[in-house]
Amino acid sequence: MMHTTIRREQLPEETRQASPRFSLSGISKSFPGVRALNKVALSLYPGQVTALIGENGAGKSTLVKIMTGIYQPDEGEIAIDGEGVSLPAAHSAFVHGISAIHQETVLFDDLSVAENIFLGHAPRTRFGLIDWSRMRRDAREVLEAMGASHIDPDTRLRELGIANKHLVAVGRAMSIDARIVIMDEPTAALSAKEIEELFLLIEFLKSQDKAILFISHKFDEIYRIADRYTVFRDGEMVGEGMLAGTSQNEIVKMMVGRAVDHIFPERHPTIGAPLLSVSTLSHPTEFDDISFELRKGEILGFYGLVGAGRSELMQAIAGMTRTSKGTISLDGKAIASRSAADTVAAGIAYVPEERGRQGVVIGLPIFQNVSLPSLKRTSEFGVLKLASEFQLARRYTERLDLRASSLSQDVGTLSGGNQQKVVIAKWLATRPKVIILDEPTKGIDIGSKAAVHGFMAELVAEGLSVIMVSSELPEILGMSDRVVVMREGRIVSIRENKGLDAETLVRLAAGIAA
Amino acid sequence: MNSLPNRILKHREIWLAAAIALLVGLIAMRFPAFARLGNLLTVFNDTSILIILALGQMVVILTRSIDLSMASNLAFTGMLVAMTNAAFPAIPVPVLILTAMFVGAALGAFNGILVWKLGIPPIVVTLGTLTVFRGATFVLSGGAWVNADRMSPAFIALQRSAFLGLPILSWFAICAIALFYVIMTRTPFGRSVYAVGVNPTASVYAGIDVGRTKFLAFCISGLVAGLCGYLWVSRYVIASTEVANGYELSIIAACVIGGVSIAGGLGSVAGAVLGALFLGIIGSALPVVNVSPFWQMAISGGAIILAVVLNARGERRQGRIILKKAAAA
Repeated sequence: MMHTTIRREQLPEETRQASPRFSLSGISKSFPGVRALNKVALSLYPGQVTALIGENGAGKSTLVKIMTGIYQPDEGEIAIDGEGVSLPAAHSAFVHGISAIHQETVLFDDLSVAENIFLGHAPRTRFGLIDWSRMRRDAREVLEAMGASHIDPDTRLRELGIANKHLVAVGRAMSIDARIVIMDEPTAALSAKEIEELFLLIEFLKSQDKAILFISHKFDEIYRIADRYTVFRDGEMVGEGMLAGTSQNEIVKMMVGRAVDHIFPERHPTIGAPLLSVSTLSHPTEFDDISFELRKGEILGFYGLVGAGRSELMQAIAGMTRTSKGTISLDGKAIASRSAADTVAAGIAYVPEERGRQGVVIGLPIFQNVSLPSLKRTSEFGVLKLASEFQLARRYTERLDLRASSLSQDVGTLSGGNQQKVVIAKWLATRPKVIILDEPTKGIDIGSKAAVHGFMAELVAEGLSVIMVSSELPEILGMSDRVVVMREGRIVSIRENKGLDAETLVRLAAGIAA
Repeated sequence: MNSLPNRILKHREIWLAAAIALLVGLIAMRFPAFARLGNLLTVFNDTSILIILALGQMVVILTRSIDLSMASNLAFTGMLVAMTNAAFPAIPVPVLILTAMFVGAALGAFNGILVWKLGIPPIVVTLGTLTVFRGATFVLSGGAWVNADRMSPAFIALQRSAFLGLPILSWFAICAIALFYVIMTRTPFGRSVYAVGVNPTASVYAGIDVGRTKFLAFCISGLVAGLCGYLWVSRYVIASTEVANGYELSIIAACVIGGVSIAGGLGSVAGAVLGALFLGIIGSALPVVNVSPFWQMAISGGAIILAVVLNARGERRQGRIILKKAAAA
């Protein structure tokens, strides 16, 4: 039943015999013209965390959708405790005790915590009506058992932060007595402290003998929390085993089919005079008294916990939101930033964080995505010149090594990494002096990450200035010339990136005294 | 070069053209004269006003909006120019046409301002102005009609004049088709319309003013409604408060049949024109072959549902190309 390439000899004796709680074998799934999964296998064991590792587009999400009954596999078997089952709908996954916690939780913002936990299986009164008092009581019990008694069951979910929403999702899993818990990039939107809390929760789930699937792009998290690993590459399962005794490099090799030894490009920055200066910039609710300078040829990293106001500040600099006070000037000239178009014209490009919602225009071909903010330049007397649009798109996508069969291809058909390249190409095509990259490598595969980093280094070498908002410490430390740390809407520190270490940054961001 | 209209839509337009050809063929079996060029040109001429209106409506729908007030706008501007003509026959017709376009655009701008600046949903705004404009027509005319005998000969010459063998009305439609094609595929505005319809948030980041784009779309639909106000009154030689009553539904139907997605962002000039022609053929041919008006309505309705079903299939998102092998292929 198992794949032949599995490095079974590495499995300790006792786990080889332990029978999996949940197993998938020979699962294939095709979409029109695309084979997303090719005879993959996956096993989850009670009381253990299995990490599913793979680059973006490796087929992880498809697998999760099959496990939760959203997609039907074309072939293959699903077994729970050795018995074959089929999961024809999301409800059947629920019945079999499979519960999923997604990156952005799929709960109901306008229902209370208790309702979210018990939706679909609320306790009933004798008359078949919902027994509200019991539901509240049970919800409180569930939350207390998880050490989340700070969450009031009557709170509307909307009022909770993402970390607490995860807790509610876990509470829901507990309440349906889920035996299999899937966590699909649960840490993507969490701060370091919240991740710690999540890990405690996962330990709790392990102690409850749940079989857990943990999907993450971050190796430190995987090594912290997981017992086993399964690696996917291009829709195929390429390896599995125990994490203990398997090095990070070995896994990376499996993922990419080659070893990636160093991700960050070497740079020899030549930093010039101040280019962009922001002075006492304030917003009524989002940030206050922000002053900093960005110099020519510099990469300025912005670090902070999620919710520190970094993206909000960048949106204001990009002219998306109005500020209450303060000035922004570029090359000594004040920018009366009234709209995104004005800012682009002034020479500031903002590559937003949410690629799907704010970045790409799915449905438009690649070349039209690239030319979208530059239409004035690609038209003459108000008429678009397709040739110059193509030229523009080709010039910038080639530099970014975009992989697409044609520039007329719909961007929706590209992988996340390639979509991000299109978004960056789009902003470079506006010929900015300053480019703001908000979480430029969030959720993209290692190969694309390296391409984006290498490209950033090239840009500053050419004299562009870059502001990079990132929540990933290695990226901040690996790329920045200086680092700005923000906390609760204010700048708490601006430091040269010399001898700066991760702990210092985390302490500053979290407001912990040294 | 295909701009937004992707291959699926291209196919869809070809399918619609084929369906129209089939329809003409079927009618010709019972009534051969119908398929003659001269008659087809007459049908085109009869459909000209619907085509022009559908093009204006298409722009609005592409921005995820809808304009229910077009027919009322048409009635108001039609009444206005007819009364002006009756009172001051000396005013040259081209001036009246420009006036109609200007007044129509102003009414459209009123819709657009409410949508842009107050953020009221377009369906609510135009549902209101549908009644307001119709009511204003009544106030303006006091409920009276303007008949042929009160219109100047130049005013109603439209039907009788021809240029290069085609009626002037047809030329209006042809020019509108060409102009809209250029606007939608070759101007920054046209591109913005598609971008706003597909992904408003990303459009904002790209420096496109979403509200302003919608506003301009409403100005355009108003402008064509105004133009058609004159065309309608001059063609049917009557201006009344009942002109084009309920016609907004035919305009929207033409767009939907033509593959313009009500969800915005998807649709083309060719589609809207074909959708209008489809309705035009049904309207003019079926009575000839003794199909009752009831069946005409049923056929138009069936076509709308069929079009929506086909569109929904076409819009269904395809899977991502995940396997490198497939991407290379």
